[in-house]
Amino acid sequence: MSNRTTLTFAVMDAPFEDARSTTALRLVDICARRGYNINVFAYEGAVYLPFARQEPHPNAVHGRDVEEEDHPLPREWVAAVIETAAANGGTLDWVNCGLCVDERGAGEAIEVVRRGTPGDFWAMAEASDNSLVIPTR
Amino acid sequence: MTDYLLIESRDPFESNDTGTLCDLAKGLKRQGHGVTLFLVQNGVLPARPCGASAALSDVAQAGVEVLADDFSLGERGIASDRLAEGVRAASLEVVVDQLAAGRKAIWH
Repeated sequence: MSNRTTLTFAVMDAPFEDARSTTALRLVDICARRGYNINVFAYEGAVYLPFARQEPHPNAVHGRDVEEEDHPLPREWVAAVIETAAANGGTLDWVNCGLCVDERGAGEAIEVVRRGTPGDFWAMAEASDNSLVIPTR
Repeated sequence: MTDYLLIESRDPFESNDTGTLCDLAKGLKRQGHGVTLFLVQNGVLPARPCGASAALSDVAQAGVEVLADDFSLGERGIASDRLAEGVRAASLEVVVDQLAAGRKAIWH
């Protein structure tokens, strides 16, 4: 283990559904800004957080086009925190649970995401200074 | 002695098991452990002085550090300088500080 702090997070909630996803990414962002090494194990619906086919949409009810609506996309947030970690000398290893991906058809993740198993989460936790599991309800 | 970080994301108006985490916090404190109860998301709702705030004040009186995420407070229009007795506003940075320090963390 390097001297750099390493933290592991397990997330379970699908995007656009619960504040837990936002809080998880806020925590990851803080770690990234500090230059920590970060591991994220995405389980169940959370494998859709870095789904590459998320698209912004207009909002006809409010009369806004795509640009005006500026709909937030979790895949962009995930990519952004990975860039932030690298810019500050840290790393972010994002692992999507492979079985969760398959049963949801969520295989088209952004490039930096890798496929894994709960065994990866165990290995990440073993190699980390600490871990936080953010369970779904 | 071990230090603990208990994170409460639920509110007592919707979830009737938030008292369990308060009981756990007090129990750990009684056994001599360092304990922080960090409120986030709807978990900050009872930090606004109301009938449900007594449980938080009770936890604080037991010696537990009770903190409420300032971002969650702001989202919900709760003034950080008018919180229930024993509750302080804090940045989410505290959670990362305590994780990095090796505190055992439980999310509820």
